[in-house]
Parts: sequence; structure tokens; C-alpha cells
Amino acid sequence: MEVLSYLIPISLILGGIGLVAFIYTVRSNQYDDPEGDANRILNDDWDDHPKP
Amino acid sequence: MTAAIRPSISACPACVAAPGAQALAEQALHKDAHIALSLPLIHCSACISSVERALTAAPGVKSARVNLTLKRATIEADPAVTADDLVRLLESAGFEAHELDAGTLSATQNDRVGRDVLMRMAVAGFAMMNVMLLSVAVWSGATDATRDLFHWISAAIALPTLAFSGVPFYKSAWSALRVGRSNMDVPIVTALLLAVVASVWETALSGHHAYFDAAVALVFFLLTGRYLDHRTRAIARSAAQELSALEVPRATALREGAEVQLPVAQLNIGDLILVRPGGRMPVDGTIVEGQSEIDRSLLTGETLPVFAEAGRDVSAGEVNLTGPLVVRATAVGRDTSLHRMADLVAIAESGRSRYTSLADSTAKLYTPGVLLLSVLSFIGWYIYTSDVRTSLNIAAAVLIITCPCALGLAVPAVTTAASGRLFRRGMLIKDATAMERLAKVDAVVFDKTGTLTAGTPELTNLADRDAAELEVALALAQGSSHPLSLSLAAAASAAGVTAADVTDIIEVPGFGTQGQWQGRLVRLGRAAWVGATPGIDTAAWLALGDAAPRAFVFSDRPRPGAEEAVSRLKARGIRVLLISGDNAPVVESLAQRLGIAEWQAEALPAEKSARIASLQSEGHHVLMVGDGLNDTAALTAADVSISPASALDAARVASDIVLLGSDLTPIADSLVTAQSAVRRIRENFKIATIYNVIAVPIAIVGLATPLVAALAMSSSSIIVALNALRLK
Repeated sequence: MEVLSYLIPISLILGGIGLVAFIYTVRSNQYDDPEGDANRILNDDWDDHPKP
Repeated sequence: MTAAIRPSISACPACVAAPGAQALAEQALHKDAHIALSLPLIHCSACISSVERALTAAPGVKSARVNLTLKRATIEADPAVTADDLVRLLESAGFEAHELDAGTLSATQNDRVGRDVLMRMAVAGFAMMNVMLLSVAVWSGATDATRDLFHWISAAIALPTLAFSGVPFYKSAWSALRVGRSNMDVPIVTALLLAVVASVWETALSGHHAYFDAAVALVFFLLTGRYLDHRTRAIARSAAQELSALEVPRATALREGAEVQLPVAQLNIGDLILVRPGGRMPVDGTIVEGQSEIDRSLLTGETLPVFAEAGRDVSAGEVNLTGPLVVRATAVGRDTSLHRMADLVAIAESGRSRYTSLADSTAKLYTPGVLLLSVLSFIGWYIYTSDVRTSLNIAAAVLIITCPCALGLAVPAVTTAASGRLFRRGMLIKDATAMERLAKVDAVVFDKTGTLTAGTPELTNLADRDAAELEVALALAQGSSHPLSLSLAAAASAAGVTAADVTDIIEVPGFGTQGQWQGRLVRLGRAAWVGATPGIDTAAWLALGDAAPRAFVFSDRPRPGAEEAVSRLKARGIRVLLISGDNAPVVESLAQRLGIAEWQAEALPAEKSARIASLQSEGHHVLMVGDGLNDTAALTAADVSISPASALDAARVASDIVLLGSDLTPIADSLVTAQSAVRRIRENFKIATIYNVIAVPIAIVGLATPLVAALAMSSSSIIVALNALRLK
């Protein structure tokens, strides 16, 4: 059962990282245009090199 | 040398300061212009990239970004770039574009409430996953100290989460309770509190059952419903605001002889205002200078332009057609006749809120029922066992099981799916209950001008005129930007006519255009001006020298999709009516063309709403489609109303749904979508009811373990959400 003392903090930390990442995406306006983003991925404009 | 330098330093300190000020001013000028454009027709990834490519290729544009969800482009550019340039650029690339007023838009840029709910939802989701992980361990057989430890860790995660994520519910429940009322959030908050108290108590006494996972899951599901609901409304609200932003509220005032661009809000009574051809009157006033024709169709529904000269009164909202006019303002802002009518609508609108939505009527039954059930089971178990702890546990279980997870999702999940579907087809649902009211519609009343017709005239008797007449008419028409001239020129050019060699073409504002052709004076314009007797049709008259004037007759072209919308409505057994303020022959011909049997012409605004009231008293649920100020009363009186995006602001405010594109076909579709949405909502209520009928007895007899509660709650919520997605 000692393994729990590692696993529980690890699971909380992993979940916490997910939460922080989500809060970051909300704050940086990544949910403002879901339809546009869904369509942009089909766009091959910047396939060969990244957008400058 | 010294003498030459000195004056520049000593003579005027202001001169030294001036370059600094100038630099500042320049800096301010060189601050990039933010331009927002509305692109109502973009829909695919190819559209995004071609719009962005076209915009970034334009000189002076620094960056351009398309938002497909809002159908909007934001552009940062040099101050020299104007929105008009970009609109023209996009139109030549094949995209309809309109300028948006940045001031009106900025209010909706940051959706604070939406982010707040999303953040609380994320925290609840995170907590739910972790607590659930620990709970699964407990359910699968953790005992004694391990179980207690897991319960304490769950409590450590759940309590702060509930304190943070539950805030919207606490607030709403408190505001209802404070005024002695109850709402859906009261049983939710009671359930949360009871679950927390019972679970902490159980945990402290190392009991078997703790409901931390259920409490957190409850908050998560309810916040999901709330976020969906908010998002649907936020999109509608921002799109509605965008429509208002389309009318950039600026006017050109003449102050001490100079033209000044001013926001309409800053105009005063007595100001002289210049209204260019094509511009809309910003104020009520009297014409002091200039001659022109005025299009009053948005206010009265009449298609024939009215002659205007000095001394005539004009109302805000009328459109100046041919010549520049100078107007002295007699009423501005809130006092204009336009605004007074809009205010009347706002008063009338409060009457419509009488409609109780399905969700509200369900909640009214549900809330007291649930609380009563939980209190009764507490009392029952207390009498039976005399043990507060057991009774409290059962009462908490009953509340959690019955809590309206599925109910909270039942309506928002469906309306989100349905309004998203309609929005993609170009319809904007402004009102939360519009969908339910739309589903009941069995009679549709259309306005004519600007609604069934595009408001652009179409030449009907091109074939009756000989080649010479057409050639001269085309040459004269090209010299004017009057709507009839534009239409005539377009029709003639399309027919392969080349313009005759007409010289000295001048436009006489308010009358027409004239010129010299083969030594004769030729005129194209109003009947009286060329010496003809006016008929009832909309016509431009052509006079070649002394020959008898010839008429070019125009009819108003139906909007694209008008015929299809009407025939599809009729095919669904819906009664279709046409009620217009225009004269009878015009209305009749359109009614025949579209196959509408019931029509009424020369209807005053009050008659329109009276007709709708009489339809309602016959038991019909009426949908009104209209765009003008003369329709606003009818739009408000109808059960549900639609206005096109080109409608006056007042009419759009009065209607529940705004049609964004120029095509009318979506109206017929929207009825189908609304009906199927209401069907799904009812199904969802049924699912939620069945779930309660099964789960509540289990909870009352004390068999609802946290595992059963978690399974029941999640599965009913998921079923309801999936059912919403079946929407056609």
C-alpha cells in the first residue's frame, strides 16, 4: 500500500497540469473561433514551412 | 551665425515644443487602425484562406485574421487604409463584406461571464476525475484506514472545488430565496450542502458512504449545461450587436461652413447636416437646401421614392437617393420619430415575456416536489430508526439522485444544437424561447417591401422599347446612381445594348438625367419632369426631344428563395399571407407571382397588427416576417417574428430571429428544425422523468449507494446529451 503515497500525488499533479494547461488555453483566447480552427487544419497554406 | 540661430531658440518656446507635439500627433495617427468587417457568407476553409490572402496582399494591411464562428475579419492596418477600400477589395474577390463599428463591437470582445463559467467547469471537471478515481478504489473494496484516507483526500479536493465552482448556483439560489421565491437552483444547493455535511460526518465517523464524487459530478454536469446555454446566447448576442455595429453611426455636420464627421450621438437640434446620396437620415429635420428623391420604404413600405426639396420634413431612417441634401435637425437621438417608435416596441415587448418556456414550467413542478420528497424521507426514516445520521444520509441520497442533471442539460443541449444548426444556415435566434414558439407556428405573415422583395427594382418592359431608345436610356442611366438608373443600366447592358453617344450629361437631383443626342435634348427621369402623366407603376420616363415620353416600367424583384420559401411553407400546410403598406396592383402582382392567395395592400401599421391579432383569435400561431418601421407593431404582436438583416434596427430589435443572408429559404427550414428541437426537448424530459421514477424509490428505501448515484446520474446526463445530438 506504500505505493499509494506516490501514486495519489502523481495523479493529482498530472490532473493539475491538465487543469493549468486548460486555464492557459482559455486565457489565450483559444476557444474564440472553434469552427475556424476546425477548418484551418484542412488548409495547406503553411504545410511546407511554419507561418512566419 | 549666432544671430541666425538665436531667434529659433529664444523667440518662441512653443516652437520648440511644437515638433514634440507634432510627433505625438503623428504617433497617434500612425497607431494602427483596427478594422472589423462582417463576412456573412464565408463558410469553409477555402474561404478563410482566400479572404486572409486577399486582405494581407492589400497595401498597408499588417495582419488580417478571420473568425469563422463569428463570420468576421479583424484587420490591423496603416491608418491610411479605410474599411471601404477593404470592402471593395473583398467584393471584387467575391465575398460580401460590411464594415462594423469598432465601438459597438468592443463591448462583446471579451466574454467575461462565459470564461468565468468555463473556468469553474474546468475546475469541477478536474476535481470530478480525481475524486472519481479515489471513489472507484473505495467501491472496489478499499477498507478501514485506506477507505478513510481516500475519503479525506476526496474531501480535501471536493470542498474547495464546491466552494469555487458552485458559486453561480449559490448566488442564484440566494437571490431567489431572498425575495421569497424558489428556483431550480434551490434544490441543487440544498443537495450540495446536505451531501457535504452528510459525507464529512460519515468520513469523520469512518462510515462507508461518502457522496463527494456525486456532489462534484453534479456541479460539473450542471455547469456544462449552463455553459452551453450561455454560449448559445453569447453568440446570438454578439451577432445581434454586430448587426447594430453594421450601421456606423456617423453623420456629416456643417459647422461654420466646414464639413465635420461626427458621431450621431453628438448632433444637436438646429445643426445643419449634409446627407449624401445613398445616405440615411440620422435625425428628424427640415430640408434647407438641395433637391432629391427620398426612399421611405423602411418607414412606410411604399416602394415609389418621394420627391424632396427645401422646406419638406424628413424623418430619421429615410434614405436619400439622388442629390445631396442639407437638413436642419429638429429632433435628434432619442427624440426622433424612429426612436420613439422603437421605444414603443420595447414597451410592447415586455408583454411577450408572458410565454413560459418548457424548462420553466417543468422547474415550477419539480423544485417543490424534490424538496418535499427529501424532507418526507428524512422524517420517515427518523421515525423508523430514530437515527439522525442515517436519515440525513438518505435525505442527501434522495436529493442527489433527483437533482436535475438531466433536466439542466435537457433544454440547453437541444437549443445549442438547434441554434447552431440554424446559425449555420444564416438564422440568428435572439430569444431563448423563440425556438419553442416557432415550433407551434401554423400561419406566416409576410411584409412585401424589403422582405419578400429585395428592394431593388427590376426592369420589366425592356423588350417593348426599340434599340435607339434603349441606347439613349442606357447612356443617360449610366450618368446617375439612382436605383432605377442602376437597374436600367444593368438590364440594358445585360441585353447587349451599347450606350448611344449622348453628350453634356448632367444629373438634376430629384428629377433625373438629361443630355444632348443628335442635336436634341434627351431626358430620363420623373414623369412630370419629362412631360408625361405618371401611372401607378414604378417607372422612369424617357423623352427624346419633342417625341412622346416612353416609360421604362420596373417591378420590385423578389428576394432569392422567396418563391421556394412560400411554396415549402404551403406544402407543410401553413397558411401564408402577404400584408403590405404598398399599393394594391404591386402587391397583387407579387402575390400572384409567389402563389400567395391571401393578400392585403395599403395596410397601415395598426391594421397589420390588428390582422395578426385576428389570426391569433382564430387560434393560429402567427409568424411575422417584416423589415420596416411600419412592421414593428406587427412583429411584436405576432407569436414569433423574423426580420432580415437589412431591416431597420428597430425592426430587428422587435423580432426574435434575424435572417442574416439575403436568401429566404431558411425560414421554411427553421420551422422544421424548431419542431424537431421541441420534440427532442420533450423526449429529454421524458428520459429524465423515467430515470427519476426508477431511481427515487431506490434512494428512498436506502439502497442508493454512492456508486448507484454516480452511475445513474452520469448515464442519464449522457443519454440526454446524445439525444440532443440526434437533432435533424
